[in-house]
Amino acid sequence: MSDNEIRTAIAEAISDNDVILFMKGSPAAPACGFSARTVAMLEALETPFAAVDVLPDPRIRQELSALSKWPTIPQLFHKGELVGGCDIVTEMYESGELAQTLGVAATVGAPQDAPAGADPAPAPMGIENRLA
Amino acid sequence: MSDARYPVLQMPSAHEVKTRIEAAIPGARAEVDTADEVHFSALVRAGAFEGLSRVAQHRLVYDVFEGELGGAIHALALKTEVS
Repeated sequence: MSDNEIRTAIAEAISDNDVILFMKGSPAAPACGFSARTVAMLEALETPFAAVDVLPDPRIRQELSALSKWPTIPQLFHKGELVGGCDIVTEMYESGELAQTLGVAATVGAPQDAPAGADPAPAPMGIENRLA
Repeated sequence: MSDARYPVLQMPSAHEVKTRIEAAIPGARAEVDTADEVHFSALVRAGAFEGLSRVAQHRLVYDVFEGELGGAIHALALKTEVS
């Protein structure tokens, strides 16, 4: 794949999936604490999301950041728009705004503390979209 | 952090991160913490954030450290507020 093809594939993945997370590792085996926490919050909201592992090819991260103008991983997109990274997603989760933005019913008692997330496990997988 | 045997490595201090944010964003006040001078957390308040989305606010701060995030600055945990 050329850099351009990678960028096109990323843009298509973002437009094809209402909720998509670019992360290190997979939802089942996150390879970074920030990615793990973001996955845990999405799972707590029981919202379906696609996930792309940026680790298998450094160009995925490079092209993604060029496209999104956002330097860090993870990156959460909703309906083609960048929602933010782990810090913003955490803030929005705790205020109940994330559930609102994603159009899922806020769980009883929200706002609430963000779930801690699983321990990061270095198990990168191939690039793929996972519809949880 | 400075070790005479490794003079090449220039790690930014929390104070340097704070100073650079405040110099780059007009009216900004930053509180910066670091446990290890590699992972930083910052609370940034600025009038310049008014009317901007959180993503746009964070971008203003990230832009200060373009190319250094993931390098000398491994992580910058960020919280922004309109002042």
